[in-house]
Amino acid sequence: MRDVAIIGIGHTKFGRASKTSLELFSEAALQAIDDAGVDLKDIEALFQGAALPGFEEGQVTPPGFSAAELNLNPIPATRYEGACASASIAIREAAMWVAAGEYDMVIAGGVEKALLMGTLFATRTFAMACHAPTEGPVGLTFPGVFAMAARQYSRNYDISIDKLREKMAHVSVKNHKHGALNPLAQFYKKLGDLKVEDVINSRLVADPLTLLDCCPFSDGAAAIVLCAAEEARRYTDDPVYILGTGQGSGGPLSKMEDLTKPVSRISSARMAFKHAGLKPSDIDVLELHDCFTIAELIALECMGFFDWGEAADATEEGQTELGGKIPTNMSGGLIGKGHPIGATGASQVYWLVKQMRGEAPKGNQIDPVPEYGMTDTLGGDFGTLCHIILGKGK
Amino acid sequence: MEGKEQEEMEKEYTVLTFAEYEEGLKNGKLLGLRCASCKKITCHPMPVCQWCGGRSLERMELSGEGELTTFTVIRVPSEGFEDDAPYIPCLVKTKEGPCVVGRLDYDAEQATQELIGKRVRMNGSYTYKGDKYSGGAHTCPVFEIQENKSVTQIDTD
Repeated sequence: MRDVAIIGIGHTKFGRASKTSLELFSEAALQAIDDAGVDLKDIEALFQGAALPGFEEGQVTPPGFSAAELNLNPIPATRYEGACASASIAIREAAMWVAAGEYDMVIAGGVEKALLMGTLFATRTFAMACHAPTEGPVGLTFPGVFAMAARQYSRNYDISIDKLREKMAHVSVKNHKHGALNPLAQFYKKLGDLKVEDVINSRLVADPLTLLDCCPFSDGAAAIVLCAAEEARRYTDDPVYILGTGQGSGGPLSKMEDLTKPVSRISSARMAFKHAGLKPSDIDVLELHDCFTIAELIALECMGFFDWGEAADATEEGQTELGGKIPTNMSGGLIGKGHPIGATGASQVYWLVKQMRGEAPKGNQIDPVPEYGMTDTLGGDFGTLCHIILGKGK
Repeated sequence: MEGKEQEEMEKEYTVLTFAEYEEGLKNGKLLGLRCASCKKITCHPMPVCQWCGGRSLERMELSGEGELTTFTVIRVPSEGFEDDAPYIPCLVKTKEGPCVVGRLDYDAEQATQELIGKRVRMNGSYTYKGDKYSGGAHTCPVFEIQENKSVTQIDTD
């Protein structure tokens, strides 16, 4: 298998978009192509994450139309659906095809227009990523799933719910701080000086999670150009290499031993580390799936950055901030930057590449420029997990 | 030979269908499957054992009793559940081993962390009529707290 490099990146403004999903994806794709300095004609296949286009715009099989919008047709164009991890599995598949030698240059990314559905219907469609036969009639929502995980975390580690709510709030404070500094974030220049009390006192969505424990519904797109690593330096002086990927599958919540230790996430992260030949202590920066504050704590532990039950204290102590043990979600994460679900994995890769180029927004850039970064993307209630490890060198 | 091929093509792989499981819930029964290989119980039903993947399963009925492992109170519902909110989804570890997801029959304003770990018993079922996307109506078990119930009874007495 060949090594694979990222040579171009693109990212629309996240938030409310008046443009269509096809337009949003095209914008991110063209930005990535321009960034790479390549021609549209060089692209041999398109890999697109999109979770709910049928419900948002009455559109299925969007990638064919995206290829057509970019005058790329008739190249193969495929949709990847892994709920909120859609773009990550699209990128992982794209990297596999390039590594296998089938294509030399491809574009991969994702798009979503979830905000226009409104909270009630968006909550319904997101809940479709729960196990429909058993969790459907219960009326489970995504905040509900993570609220149940938070209560298990509280019980497992004997942290009172009130104390845990304070500790979780630090995730929201941190991620909003960095989201407010990110010009492409949904909450750019907003909520940058949140206090722990603001998070705790905001409206309960699913007890014990409040509105500010949750990421927003968002519209947006992100895309990257990948090519064979041996060709990368023809196009750019600072390629970023895909060193390892992992993927894992979960199942119905009732078949999980412990919602705070999802096997799908542990297994996917380990697969990525093994593939890359790296370990958590090698990683300099994380973009991980903070769909809810508790989700960031669970992810940090499952990926091996902290021992079980220690991520809450570590976050409170600033170990996931700039200058801490492992700076996490310096883009603002899903909470501060927004979460157009089909695009999120590509957005995470975009912001890691920005970090590795030293181009992250002021106040979010890690110094020295990180050598290794890792994404974590979660689809459904631990149904689809994907991890991607990037490096400045091979 | 031809007859055997026909038999193989028409072989039934599902020992307990989801519809039969839901029908059981409506009748107050929590139905599951016992694995001939590992002897463990699978519930809700699946085509193979949820623990070992065993293929030889037989129907059984669970006691409906177990322990509350977690819950939440939904304040912002999904479309179709507006009239139910606030309501309490929960996970229950049954006495027989498998966990099931259901609703907790409890005052949402009084539901606190102390409920976790308490003994619960299935006391009925809830059927959601479904929407355009749900493939019809579906049913889940409903549980009640056992310890609290007995405490209330003593108070009343």
